Order: sequence, then structure tokens, then C-alpha cells
Amino acid sequence: MKTTDHLGRPIVVATGVGVVTSLGQGVADNWAALTSGKSGIHPITRFPIDHLNTTIAGTVDFLASSDKGASALTYELAELAATEAIGMAGFGGNHFAGPLFLASPPVELDWHDRLALYDGADETQPGYLRLLTVARERLTAATFDACQFGTIADQIADRFGTRGLPITLSTACASGATAIQLGVEAIRRGECDRALSIGADGSATAEALIRFSLLSALSTQNEKPEKASKPFSKDRDGFVLAEGSGALVLESLESALARGARILGVMRGCGEKADDFHRTRSKPDGSPAIAAVKAALDDAGMDEGEIEYVNAHGTSTPENDKMEHLSLSTVIGERMRDIPISSNKSMIGHTLSAAGAIEAVFSLLTMREGVIPPTINYDNPDPAIELDVVPNVKREARVSTTLSNSFGFGGQNTCLVMAREPV
Amino acid sequence: MSARDVVITGIGLVSSLGEGADAHWQALSKPGLPPVIDAERYSPYTIHPLPEIDWSRQIAKRGDQRQMETWQRLGTYTAGLALDDAGMKENEALCSTMDMIVAAGGGERDEAVDQGILDAARTRNDRDVLLNEKLTTELRPTLFLAQLSNLLAGNISIVHKVTGSSRTFMGEEGAGVSAVETAAARIRSGQSSHVLVGGAFQTEHSDMLLAYELGGFLHRKRWKSVWQRAANDGGGVITGSGAAFLVLESREHAEKRGRKSYAAIGRVASGRARRGEGNLVEAISGLIRTVAPSNDPMMAISGASGAHAATGAERNALQASSSFAARGFSTLTGHMKEAQFPFAIALAALAISNGAAYPPFDPENEREFAGNVDSALATAIGYHRFEGAALVVAS
Repeated sequence: MKTTDHLGRPIVVATGVGVVTSLGQGVADNWAALTSGKSGIHPITRFPIDHLNTTIAGTVDFLASSDKGASALTYELAELAATEAIGMAGFGGNHFAGPLFLASPPVELDWHDRLALYDGADETQPGYLRLLTVARERLTAATFDACQFGTIADQIADRFGTRGLPITLSTACASGATAIQLGVEAIRRGECDRALSIGADGSATAEALIRFSLLSALSTQNEKPEKASKPFSKDRDGFVLAEGSGALVLESLESALARGARILGVMRGCGEKADDFHRTRSKPDGSPAIAAVKAALDDAGMDEGEIEYVNAHGTSTPENDKMEHLSLSTVIGERMRDIPISSNKSMIGHTLSAAGAIEAVFSLLTMREGVIPPTINYDNPDPAIELDVVPNVKREARVSTTLSNSFGFGGQNTCLVMAREPV
Repeated sequence: MSARDVVITGIGLVSSLGEGADAHWQALSKPGLPPVIDAERYSPYTIHPLPEIDWSRQIAKRGDQRQMETWQRLGTYTAGLALDDAGMKENEALCSTMDMIVAAGGGERDEAVDQGILDAARTRNDRDVLLNEKLTTELRPTLFLAQLSNLLAGNISIVHKVTGSSRTFMGEEGAGVSAVETAAARIRSGQSSHVLVGGAFQTEHSDMLLAYELGGFLHRKRWKSVWQRAANDGGGVITGSGAAFLVLESREHAEKRGRKSYAAIGRVASGRARRGEGNLVEAISGLIRTVAPSNDPMMAISGASGAHAATGAERNALQASSSFAARGFSTLTGHMKEAQFPFAIALAALAISNGAAYPPFDPENEREFAGNVDSALATAIGYHRFEGAALVVAS
């Protein structure tokens, strides 16, 4: 079998995947729920909902750290997904020995910690000095660690024995895809035979929810939480904040074949393009997203006619779904109406930093299992968006290539092209 | 020499010493330069404050300036300086194909809103409800974006039209190390032809100091050089506001557009020492040997923070090899966190292109260097975790 691609680079495959979402822990539970059209969106119980316009979310509430703050939960999510992925790939133990790329949210000092520090403050001091004095005089090592941006990756690196200085990254809602792209690129450069790419996000705090809410980004359809995320529907009104993690063991095809590993799918191409139009809105002509899709296809050595399924970014915001339709139909043309496209976010919500990694895992499963998860809550189609969204029920289909889109605030556009089999 | 050597064709710098690559060279090449410090504003902590900056020189639209807090503005401004210096500013063809890796922390929260919540919480038992009540009504809606980590890169795209790609790395000094290392690896492998890489740090906000002091890292007595801060004076770190951005190109790309370079980046090495096991000196020595295997005497442009354990280990590692004349620039700029490594590389490149050494920044602890300045070591040993080093060489 040829182990280099059209540009002579090592072909990169996935040999292990792991996932946690509000639907459950592990690939098996998630896939069963996802293909039966189940929603993980529910009323928020983690914090009071007084004064909030949005009272639903796809939080992960069933883990030991679910109530321990964003940093602890993000670590646990990353750790669980990575354990599954590494185990599936057959590496086990704590000697992974490839680099780590972690997409995780920028986590600030938790409000509960801030308030606890302030309880010990001397109010006769000037305001700026009160927390600093408490910080200096008390043992606050755990709080310190929780607000250093390198901590989670450092701990994950310890846990799995990854190689070298781990990279923590953020490209907003495209972060998970960027983590994969960095892993693919490192293997292609010949720096390593394998890499661990993780997207993890456990940052659904009250403040995070309020911040997105103030930007009018969130759905306020609180009455029926499981119906609120409705990508490509006419009455979509925003995304549903959610948590989760996805992990992939990426490996050169050569290395995977040499050790007889099971190959879950091929990471054929990655493409990106930044948007210079606005901090939250995309350029009206969709040119950056279009360029990102094209770049991913070029990188994969494929033309637009070869895409058989699109795993949509599909956030359920009025803006995203319209722009995603525009860019896809520009690149792919008339044929886009007939290509199945579905949004996992209709069931799991928007897992932010984790989304690109989780959706890459689901894309690989879609091809492997020959089943396309549906876009649920598609009861009221947006007539301006003519797409085959695999409405409401899963579809059995032989899918050999998938395009997965990730777009984020700050002009981030990253696309991945995956294939079922090495060519 | 190879067509894919990584050359530095643009440098943007801002610190308490001023703005611009040449201004930094002029200031730092003068012996006995006094530091610019403010010991009052955050007393007992000393900081190196930002200089006066006319933001509109690099961020033309007032509207754009308003959409950013100071940290993002500082990074966007400094990125503009680097692009200008490389002759790429407003060159659409070059900027729209340029890759970008930004080493970012977070931006500034609204101190007044936070203080209001802390004070109100004194008399409330339903603190979570109080949070909702205050945050929903008092947070400025656009503040989230004005402080969000990846929005420094986002603003550079908007203001300077750098749109080839946009990646933000996080994780204190290590983010700056990985950003440079990844950018260089991309150029060497042909994945990028030209990359904007850098970071910014704005220390003039109580949360930015708090992030260090929760770990007990701040020096809290009178200002001293980075090598002289004693354990009974606090944690050893004096911070500074500043930023460093570099335009890196393949030699071939720079030559094709007829551009002279300051220097080239040789080997870059990074690490994650198990510091708890007490092996930091060895780990740093290993990094240095990896990037500078010869015994040629050279300057070591050190990003040492002043943090006792890390700075002590770096000092021992540098002294163990007699080759290095250390220059701890944080003595004069303060510690700039994510920007440390790009800053170290920029200062190394400036010395090489000027063909002259910096005088000691601390004559008691740094020796004169009279050797050839055709290469220099640049280091950033994290105050708490992660390490990096690079060799910068004449191009």
C-alpha cells in the first residue's frame, strides 16, 4: 500500500478515537444516542438560572468534576477522551511518546475561587491589593494552577507520557479542528509517527453563558430544551452552549501498518483561511469559508466532486447556517443539494473548543459504520437553505469521503477532509 | 545555506523602553541604561509600564481601537510595527497569504464590575444569583471579544489583513516558544513561505499580577536586576508590559522580494522538564546543547523571569558552559510572559544585524562580551513550566 500522498507526504490516519458529550461517555454510547436522534440538551442545573435569558445547555453533568469548575472539568473531559482513544489505538499505559495538541478554552480565575479569596481580604487596603495580599499570604497553589493556561496540557502530558512541550491552542469554535490540523502537519513534517489531538471544553459557567447571551448568540427557546438546537431550520435562533471532548490518535499510515493497527479513517486534508471582515460576522460573500473549504480539498488532493458527505459546523445561529450554505454551494455548486449534510450540534449543542475534534470523531464513525447521524429538530425548513440535511432520522449510506467544517469568532475557518480508506 | 532557511525580515517591539526595533537597539546598546519602572501604582509590586503610544499609527480606525482592550491593542499595534518593518504592511498579496501564530494569554476583565460583585457578595448568601444579576446587567456586551484570547489574532486579521491562517497558542512562555518553533518548522518544511509570529502582555491590570501572585511569584521589594532578587523579597518576578512580533520568511521568499534580513533562526528546541524531580538544570543544559552544540563563545539573550527556581537553574546551566555571556533583558523590560521568547529572539537578531554585543544589563552579574556576534542564544525558561531555546545566526 502506498504510504505517501499526492504531494509525497506521509499519509495520516486515525487509529484511536474517544468522545464525551452530554449524550454520554465513550464512543459506543455516543454513537448509539446520536444515530437514534437523541438530544443531550437539558435545563441548566449547575448554577441558578435567575435573570438569564437562556436556561438550557448541553453541559456534561455526570462526571466527578462536573461541579468543580471549568479547569477541573476540562481536564477530566480531555483525560477521558484521550484514555479511550489511546486504548483503542492499542498504545495503553503512559508512554504515548508522540506530541500533544490540546484545544481548550481560555479559563480565567473561577468566580467561586475569586469570592473565596475575597472573603479573606482586608478591606482597609486599596481595592487592587486585596486579592493580591490574600494570594500572597495564603497557600493558593491549586487556584494558581487552575488559571495558568498551560496547566491542563501539562497534566495530560504527565498522564499519558506525551513527548515534548505540549501545545495548547485556541481558534475559538474551530479549535478542535486546529488541534487535528497541527497533529497532521507534525506527522507530515516527519517530526513524529503519531500525535495526540484533543479538543475539550468544560467551560459552561454562568459567566460564559452570559457572555454569549450578551452577544445574542444563544437560543432562548427554553421551553423544550431538546428542540432548541435546530440547524438549517427557519426558526433557528442561536446555538446551545455545550460541553464535551473528542480525542484522536493520529498516526502515519506507515507506522499504523507496521504495527498492524486498526485504521479508523484517513485525515486527507486540512485547510484554513482567516476572515478580516468583523469580529463575529463573516464576510458577506463567504469568501474566507469558501477559501478554507477549497484549501482543505487542495490539501487532500481532491476535487469538489469527490465529497460525499458534509459534517456541518451547523450551529443553529441565523448567520452561520446561512453562510455555511452559501460557501458550500459556491464551492460544490448545484450538486450540493444532493450531498447529505448533517449537524451533530442539533443533538449535542455547540461544544466550542471541543466541537471540531468531536465532530471529526463522528465523521470517522459515519464513514466506518455507513450510517449518517441526522440533523434533528428539522420540522420547519429554511426555504433559503436548500440542503439535504438528513432530517430527523439517521440514514444508512456508504460514505467514503467527508468534509467537516469549523468556523469561529475572530475570523477562524478550518476545514478537514477525511476518507474511509487509504487510497 | 538553504532556500528554506528561516530568516527574520521584520521586527516589532514595544516595552517600557519605547517602541520599534531600532529604538530598542539604541536603548539597550547604551551601557548603564536605567530601567523605566512604576513602583507606586501596584505597590508593593514594581512594574515596567507601557510607553506613550499613539495607537492610530498602526490601528487607523478609532472603531477598531475601541473594539479592543489594551492587551489586544498592544499586540495588534506591535504586529503592525513588524509588518511595516518587513515592508509587508498594506501589501495585500503578501498579507493575504501570510500565516500567523500568536502566543496569547487573556485580556483584561472589567475591574469595576468585578469589584462591584466582590463587594456586594459580602452581604449576600445567594452569591450565584448575585453573579447572574450583576453580570447580565453590568458587563459590556463586546467586552468578551475585547479580551478573548484568539481575538488578538482576529484583530490582526481585521486591522492588518493577515489572513493566510490564524492560530493562537496558549500557555504562558511555552506558548511563545511553540509559536516560534512551529512557525520555523513550517517554513523549513515548505508548509509556509512567510509567517507572522509573536505575543503581547499587558501587566497593568490587577488580575495580570494576581495570576503570578497566586503562585507566589512576584518580587515585592525595591527593583533589582533579574539575577539579584532574593528569596526574602518575594517570588522574584517583576512584570512588564510589552510585545514582540517577528516576520519570518524562507530565505528564498525574502530574496525573491529583495528583502534584507536581520538574522536567521537556527535550531529551536523546547521542553517540558519534570521540575518536581529537580532536573531543571540538566534539562536546560540539554536544550542549550541541542541548539548550540559548538563551544563558540556567544551572548545568551535570556528571557529569565527572575522566578527563583527557574532563574537559578538557568543561571547554573549557562555558567556550566563557559561559552555564554548572559543578558537577562527582563531586568530592563520586566517579564512579558507569552512575549518572552519572541522578544529574546528579536534582541538576538538585532545584535547580530548590528554586529555588536549588548553591554551587561547588570554589570555585577553579567560579563562583557568582546567576541564575534554572528550568533546568539535566545532562551525562555518558564517561571513555572515549559522551556525553550533557539540559536539565532547571521543570515
